[in-house]
Amino acid sequence: MEENRIAMAGQSDTGASVHVRRVIAYLVLILISFICLFWFYVLFINSTRSNAELTRGFTPFPSGNLLINWKNLVAGTLPIFNGLFNSLFVATLTAVMATYFSTMTAYAIHAYDFKFKKQIFTFILMVMMIPTQVTALGFLQLIGKMKLDDSFIPLIVPAVASPAVFFYMKQYMDSTLPLSLVEAARIDGSTEWGTFNKIVVPLMKPAIAVQAIFSFVQSWNNYFVPALVLHTDTKKTLPILIAQLRSADWLKFDMGQVYIMITYSIFPVIIVYLLLSRYIVGGVTLGGVKG
Amino acid sequence: MKKKSKVVSYNKWGYIFLIPFVVIYLLFQMIPLVSTIYNSFFENYRSGLKQIGPNFVGIENYITIITNGDLPTYLKNTLIMWIMGFVPQIVLSLLLGAWFTDPSLRLKAQGFFKTIIYLPNLIMASAFAMLFFTLFSISGPINSMMVQAEIFKEAYDFMSHVWSVRSLVAFMNCLMWFGNTTILLMAGMLGIDPALFEAAQVDGATATQIFYKITLPLLKPILIYVMITSLIGGLQMFDVPQILTNGTGDPMRSSMTLIMYLNKHLYSKNYGLGGALSVFMFIITGILSLLVFKFTASEEKN
Amino acid sequence: MKKRVLGVLLSATMIAGMLSACGAPKADAPATTDATATEAGAEGAAPDAAQTVVADDGKVLNVYCWNDEFQRRVKDHYPGYTEVDATTGTIGDVTVKWFITPSDNNAYQNNLDETLLKQADAAADDKIDIFLVEADYALKYVDEDVTLPVSDLGIADADLANQYKYTQDVMTSQDGKLKGLSWQGCPGVLIYNREAAKEVLGSDDPAEVQKAVADWDTFSKTAEQMKAKGYSMTATTNDAYRVFSNNVSGKWVQDGKVVIDDNIMKWVEMSKAMVDAGQVRSTADLWGDDWKKGFFPDGKVFCYFGPAWLINFCMAADEAGSIANAGGWGATEGPQGFFWGGTWICAANGTDNAGLIADIMKQLTTNKDIMLDIVAKDSDFVNNKPAMEEAAAKDEYAFDVFGGQNPLAMFCKGAENCDLSNQSPYDQGCNEEFQKAMKNYFDGNATLDDALAMFKKAIVEKYPELKAE
Repeated sequence: MEENRIAMAGQSDTGASVHVRRVIAYLVLILISFICLFWFYVLFINSTRSNAELTRGFTPFPSGNLLINWKNLVAGTLPIFNGLFNSLFVATLTAVMATYFSTMTAYAIHAYDFKFKKQIFTFILMVMMIPTQVTALGFLQLIGKMKLDDSFIPLIVPAVASPAVFFYMKQYMDSTLPLSLVEAARIDGSTEWGTFNKIVVPLMKPAIAVQAIFSFVQSWNNYFVPALVLHTDTKKTLPILIAQLRSADWLKFDMGQVYIMITYSIFPVIIVYLLLSRYIVGGVTLGGVKG
Repeated sequence: MKKKSKVVSYNKWGYIFLIPFVVIYLLFQMIPLVSTIYNSFFENYRSGLKQIGPNFVGIENYITIITNGDLPTYLKNTLIMWIMGFVPQIVLSLLLGAWFTDPSLRLKAQGFFKTIIYLPNLIMASAFAMLFFTLFSISGPINSMMVQAEIFKEAYDFMSHVWSVRSLVAFMNCLMWFGNTTILLMAGMLGIDPALFEAAQVDGATATQIFYKITLPLLKPILIYVMITSLIGGLQMFDVPQILTNGTGDPMRSSMTLIMYLNKHLYSKNYGLGGALSVFMFIITGILSLLVFKFTASEEKN
Repeated sequence: MKKRVLGVLLSATMIAGMLSACGAPKADAPATTDATATEAGAEGAAPDAAQTVVADDGKVLNVYCWNDEFQRRVKDHYPGYTEVDATTGTIGDVTVKWFITPSDNNAYQNNLDETLLKQADAAADDKIDIFLVEADYALKYVDEDVTLPVSDLGIADADLANQYKYTQDVMTSQDGKLKGLSWQGCPGVLIYNREAAKEVLGSDDPAEVQKAVADWDTFSKTAEQMKAKGYSMTATTNDAYRVFSNNVSGKWVQDGKVVIDDNIMKWVEMSKAMVDAGQVRSTADLWGDDWKKGFFPDGKVFCYFGPAWLINFCMAADEAGSIANAGGWGATEGPQGFFWGGTWICAANGTDNAGLIADIMKQLTTNKDIMLDIVAKDSDFVNNKPAMEEAAAKDEYAFDVFGGQNPLAMFCKGAENCDLSNQSPYDQGCNEEFQKAMKNYFDGNATLDDALAMFKKAIVEKYPELKAE
């Protein structure tokens, strides 16, 4: 801090212009925060309102139906706690698979020299360009043939090959992982496997945290494939249960429950995000890397 | 000689580390992909419960797509909506990134702001669209506010005008993804050695100079990543316009994207036309990504 | 893999064994259905359809559906059903398994289709026994062999005499076989805002209001009067759509070609005129906020078209300040009869629980006592003429939301008048795409020709086998 101030004294920026810029920055940030948080407020408001109140359209004030909606949801036939567990299980493993193995793949390309390395890199990038919807139907046929219907495996294991996560890891290594470090580890007698797990993975923590969050959230909110793979009620993930709630018949249709279900499904992912965001937000210093 | 053999023994680890990716990829993605391409040469769809085909038709599916002329329209729609969302998104992300890393600003509560920007991405697109419907309906709060403030003379039907629908799609995409981009950039910025910033300040560089001369160049790999993945993600834009327009891409398909179009063919399990469309999509994405690569690579030489 | 094959083989040989074992002594028993078979597994003889063998010895009843409505009806009204957990139950020694796939994104039909197509290869206990369908896409399944005619299950026409004809039209295949039954009838009426009727028409008496909406011409004239007093005739243009589409003179698809019926074009003409004149203020989809606003007096909407369930459960009757809450709606027949909603029970070809399915169908869709119980407990309008006529005559069935009017007689008449002989397997797609395409025309974003071209394009994308031009 002290250093900064001394340095700044020598800068052409006057105190006033920094001040103006700071005010602008705060204003923009506050506006952005409002726009970001507003949706959570609307969700909260809507989950405090009864189905009948919701037909009136939006109002900015909460009503008193939060607990009633929650009780109705719990008393209903949907296994919402199973759903929570399933979603957590699938999303966590997906995030772990995607980040760990993508780091490994990126490291293979980054740190080693071998035949066809360039071709493999280009190939993986091309893979990334294939829209996931394109292969979805073929994918479903495949898992039907593999007898993996109604199982978590087809939702989790394919994450091992996540080209976009790989690409990020590779780019991150390009900018922050010097090969000299790997050399140093070799000289110290570390095995390649050990170097990867004990040195490379810890150094990649910010990148892993970022991609872990992204993979986790993507898997958490995924509806399309899980809806076609999972059939047993107790195996379903939260987005399927939400859709089920929304296609309830008219006697049971209750938007209040839908909203509280959405709110309920967002909570865990917020917590996971806050836990992981430490690594992004809290200024992780890259101990070993200099220059 | 000795050294070389050692290098070789290290490098076999390159292959070993690639095994998981390659195996899983071949199993879960390559097989479906090959069948997709293979299917594009067949007439192969479902009529109710009846399976039609597969009958080999050569490149007829490709000809159908080229001659009906819809593809350029949907590509244009996709690109327009992507650019409308991406430009504010990247500008905002860079701005926030610059502010957060600018030592002279000394922003307080940074952790709070950094955390909040990603939150919209946690809401499912379908839930988000539900909220948008409520807020932007004719009788919704946005309209009544605008009418009360006398900005609008009468309630405006956001869902039945070309540019309002496109803007809403772009706005939603921007809102959902700018936090994502900012986090990517910040993680990249954190990877930059702080000593570089300190040294630059000691040398009397301004915040702007530091941003352009140090932050941006060092961020380049990540920026390329953001550009490419956003482009690919943009070309694959689907859920937001799909849900917001109830799959129609209305008005008159002016907000229909390529994948929404593809999705229309999935309804009848039309592996033939769908497969051919996928191949076109793949080619379009490939060309555009190549352009981005080339563009950034040529910059490097300058 | 091996185990599964073995399972199929085992069950196949078991069935074969049972057939031969039971078949021999019963050789001269009628090959057709045993109509008295009511208990599952009670009868060894498999009712023999022309080409399919309908087995009756299954220990697992697999039910495919998109929500738990039917499950609750079975649980609450079918004698002998015991719930085990949310997706399993038992009837006697048969385990009932519920497979609920939400209808969002067409997931229900996708899943059902895939499973039905694999039905022949599935192990006996994995085969679908019962699946549910809605009217819009019923014929997709009815016209195929995947659905068993109810006569094969041992349900005679005489058993079904009290059902409304339209509920059977929906489920009758091209070769005239009835393939599914429903416990519900969903005839609709015109639901009008009494306050608006008094203000504009001078009376809120159903007979008087009926005069103002007796046919589409008077309907349009009334819309003009409503507009003058600030009322929107209907909440959105799509409200009247199903009334027109239920009264078409031909099918959507004839000889593989899409045909737009005159009555549907009449809807387009009327709707466009009403939108342009400001008589209908929104072109939004049903169920959106703009549609629902008319549930409250401020929304200033004159009428909705709907069946009993709409008014009972969807119009915010328990919300203070809504029109329904104050009993401010009235019901009248409206310009044309129509229906909206309903769930049909189908038996899947390959089932090994024919007797049980037949009994479930009979109990829920023909047993008057059970059906009256459904009326009382679930407020369904049930598919039983004597039961509903009985209810129509009783004051206790008056609707609070209608200010004490008992509309059941009107619903009964509507149900009698529904004619659904012009359904096609493509109705769901055609109706959806047509309304979506016409919205562009109503909004002024396209000419009629462009909007029609858009519709045709969308249909060919959805059903590649059809021709639109």
